[in-house]
Amino acid sequence: MKKRVLVLSGVLLALSLVLVGCQGGGGGSIKIGVAGAHSGDLASYGLPSVNAAKLVVKEINEKGGINGRKVELVVEDDQCKPELATTAASKLVSNKVVAVIGHICSGATKSALGIYKDSKVITISPSATNPPLTQSGEYPNFFRTIAPDDAQARLAVTFIAEKLGLKKLAVLHDKGDYGKGFAELVKQFAEERGIEVALFEGVNPGAPDYSAVVNKIGNAKVDGVVWGGYHPEASKLVQQMREKGINVPFISDDGVKDNTFIEVAGKYAEGVYATGPTDTTQNPLAIKAIEDHKKEFGSEPGAFFLNAYAATQALLNAIAKAGTTDYDKVVAALRSEYVETPLGNISFDEKGDVIGYGFSVFQVQNGKYVELK
Amino acid sequence: MKQNGILKDIAQALLQGVWFVFLLFPLLVMKVSVVGGVASVTFRWTNIPLVFVAAVGGSLLWRWALRWNEQKGARDPENSLGVRIQNGVSAFLKQNRLARVVLPLLLIGALLAYPLVSGMYHTNVMISALIYVILALGLNIVVGLGGLLNLGYAAFFAVGAYTYGLLWKHTGPWLAQVGIDPSWLFWISLPFAGLVALLFGVLLSLPVLRLRGDYLAIITLAFGEIFRMVLQNSGDITGGATGISLIPRPWFFGVKLTPHMAAIYIYYITLSLVVFTIFVVRRIENSRVGRALEAMREDEIACEAMGIDLVKNKLITFALGAFWAGVAGVLLAAQTTYINPDSFTLWESIMVLMAVVIGGTGSIPGVIAGTLVLKLLPEYFRALAQYRMLLYGVAMIIVILFKSDGLIPRRRTEYRLEQEGSTSPEGHL
Amino acid sequence: MEYFLKLLLSGTTKGSIYALIALGYTMVYGVIQLINFAHGEIYMIGGFTALIFGGFLYSMGLPAPVVLLISVILAIVYAASFGFTIERIAYRPLRNKPRLSALISAIGISIVLQNFVLLAQTEKYLAYPSYLPDLPFLQPVKQYINATQFIILIVTALIMVFLTMLIKYTRIGKAMRATAQDKDMAQLVGVNINQVISITFIIGSSLAAIGGVLICSYMGQINYYIGFIAGIKAFVAAVLGGIGSIPGAVLGSFVLGWTESFGTGYLSSDYEDAFALLILVLILTVKPEGLLGKNQKQKV
Repeated sequence: MKKRVLVLSGVLLALSLVLVGCQGGGGGSIKIGVAGAHSGDLASYGLPSVNAAKLVVKEINEKGGINGRKVELVVEDDQCKPELATTAASKLVSNKVVAVIGHICSGATKSALGIYKDSKVITISPSATNPPLTQSGEYPNFFRTIAPDDAQARLAVTFIAEKLGLKKLAVLHDKGDYGKGFAELVKQFAEERGIEVALFEGVNPGAPDYSAVVNKIGNAKVDGVVWGGYHPEASKLVQQMREKGINVPFISDDGVKDNTFIEVAGKYAEGVYATGPTDTTQNPLAIKAIEDHKKEFGSEPGAFFLNAYAATQALLNAIAKAGTTDYDKVVAALRSEYVETPLGNISFDEKGDVIGYGFSVFQVQNGKYVELK
Repeated sequence: MKQNGILKDIAQALLQGVWFVFLLFPLLVMKVSVVGGVASVTFRWTNIPLVFVAAVGGSLLWRWALRWNEQKGARDPENSLGVRIQNGVSAFLKQNRLARVVLPLLLIGALLAYPLVSGMYHTNVMISALIYVILALGLNIVVGLGGLLNLGYAAFFAVGAYTYGLLWKHTGPWLAQVGIDPSWLFWISLPFAGLVALLFGVLLSLPVLRLRGDYLAIITLAFGEIFRMVLQNSGDITGGATGISLIPRPWFFGVKLTPHMAAIYIYYITLSLVVFTIFVVRRIENSRVGRALEAMREDEIACEAMGIDLVKNKLITFALGAFWAGVAGVLLAAQTTYINPDSFTLWESIMVLMAVVIGGTGSIPGVIAGTLVLKLLPEYFRALAQYRMLLYGVAMIIVILFKSDGLIPRRRTEYRLEQEGSTSPEGHL
Repeated sequence: MEYFLKLLLSGTTKGSIYALIALGYTMVYGVIQLINFAHGEIYMIGGFTALIFGGFLYSMGLPAPVVLLISVILAIVYAASFGFTIERIAYRPLRNKPRLSALISAIGISIVLQNFVLLAQTEKYLAYPSYLPDLPFLQPVKQYINATQFIILIVTALIMVFLTMLIKYTRIGKAMRATAQDKDMAQLVGVNINQVISITFIIGSSLAAIGGVLICSYMGQINYYIGFIAGIKAFVAAVLGGIGSIPGAVLGSFVLGWTESFGTGYLSSDYEDAFALLILVLILTVKPEGLLGKNQKQKV
């Protein structure tokens, strides 16, 4: 019996050994990893980055590469799950990538950074907005081409206090890493400004009905509701609030600044405020990037496309300026060099946050998000 | 006669093709999009012949496979391929002294060499799989031996991971200040987390001792979810939804390991724990407690009538199962260096349960096989991209339909009186 | 007091939403003791099918009530066909096998259906146009209850009565009860249990489809994943009320809805699910067979 156990587990392990493929070295090319959610329910956030990186790299290679070396992409899926992000990261490190564009979600980014940091791999995320990623100083190899959540929360609170003049808020969130993080920062900044936060609660994402919490909002007699989270819950909340006659301003984050929100919430979306990355689609470089995308892939680009485009450009520019793929020199170049991207003329500060690009407040007007100046 | 049968099969298959075209028509042929609150539909007619052909072919294959499976079942179960291989191998080992020494050595060699010859990625994948092996072996005590359906097993996994995470979070910085390497905490956490999880197992099982079957399942589900919610909402202590990051990898004689070396190191730790788990679980199985648990699984009332203390046994079952989940949790925290409540959802509990059932409830090699299949296949299926999960579900259904007792079903030790002076120690009563 | 009433109403809405799904769940469980994990997915498919046919018919220029009627009927037909097919393929071969095998098969079906809809339709959330009529007599109280909520309540009540009658007074109901008690014995006295179980699945799935249309209309959106959470909630509600019992499923759903609503209203929605699950733990420790479940004598 005992032997059988041994033999069988042995056979199984041997089988998995067979499955192991060998990975050859890439010769003279510079390898760049692209990681994020490429399958699963969050794939729509991750796939546009892959396209962006492909476009930039194609252009560079057509011009002869960087310092005569071709750039090669290694694409890895993490489904935005921390444990898959670790395996994806270790696969990229095994493949000897110089830098990684990604990951997409903050949680996955954190778990992957544990590996990148020790392997000295530069990581530029187009979308991970969790503040400690840069502000804790724990990850000197981390950069991002999107402003962190606290910048967003600060902007939202400034807008609430100065433009809307609200005095009493209800702050709701979806209990998730991103939504709750945003909500907590809004609460903190609002209280610093003397705005009362009468209600601070998490609701269950995916629940069919929010009428209990909506009643609670009505009971608290607030003059504004802030939502930290994504659009499916936001549209249910707004709809049920409006139906119950609660017509106070609804302010949310860039998880809601998505056209799907307007589609789903329909007439209830009208007048909703959301903060989101500054609209740079009129930038000539952005117009060109989007045109290229249409030509290459036959469709409109998706979320974080321009951010990933800029991230790839900034990275390749830094490698070119540094004249080497040496970690310290490329990091120094990222921090000192400015580069023209679809997001504007950007660089990175000491902590790794982007300089020259930020958030704006948008409002739904006639079924469209309009940037408020 | 025979030809008639085939014709009938084909006729049936055609009929089923039509049925599936009807069934899948709205979802596969019509594609809905909603613009401005008004739904509109576009038709994808080309899908119809595809569905029809796939359904007819699938139906024929399905029918023949089912028939083959039935015939196989009708034959002597002792004669099936798997059993024959098992018997053949053990007979071969019994006769061949050299092989008895060499084969295990080869196996051990392969296991030890694995992380050295494969890259860091494959090592990490294998670590994840091995962590799940420990989890599944633990759950196997509860489900396989005790027959208690536990849908909240991920909670104990979380207890383990968070014991290490919290220990590090609250003492790590202080230790570092004093000049002690905080990665020592891993070695302290490993047994400690097991014990904490065991304690949780006992505490949580107290209110459920009266329940059985599906009621027990739903209560354990409830506990699992409540526990996750507490983790999520008590942000000051547990880090809330943000989780705990930068958890140190295990201490190795004060040397700072590169991620690749650390992965190899964790692989060996995990592997030795798997071996240790197998050893302990086998001991439990053959102990007095193990027998009592099996009796409990077969029939609670008869078992009680035989003078076995059900309450005590259920407590032991939950506690033992929880212990291994706690240990596995520490390994997970050390491997990913980042934990948050999302890693311990109901889905995780279901995954482990599936590994146990698909492998063969109660059978140790089965559970190991089930886990490896369930954890490694999706990893190597990556190329299939978005079809991965769909095929994964299909594969699960096929496995469970054709091998409903699991890949390697449990075979009880049989005691037989052998005529000619037996040589095997198992033969004696 | 007004606040209390409002919370009571939202709890009732929630309860009736859970009940719509829990009724089918409990019925299938009652007859073959299978935790039909895929029930939530049937509910989702019902919602999707109605959306698809509704969109098609509406674009043909039919008036809303006709669109509603036909799309609900088609949703029922399709959900029932899915339920029937699933039972034949994935559950029937496992009927005399260990119970856990059937559970795993059900989970497999659930994964397959979710991903099938994801691939065949879309991963995005879609707005769900409601063709339900606006009831003018609710105008004065529309801040408390809207037409969709009202319709959900009425339909839940009707279905409960219908099912109870069906099981108590009809031939097929009698056959279902016999099958539930003892499959072999039922077969011996001439019940065609294959047929009975198929019919059980067809009825259970039809109910899920009605639930799908109504609940999606209420939420105003649909997505391939909505079945999972709904299924779990309905399962909890069914167990709370005593799984297998029709009035129990409804009562359990309302207890669940009220607990969540009052928990949110007076304490905090952070622990909304925890309140519901704690009530479940409390009730089951006091009454291990659920609120209205029958205490069956166990025999060796």
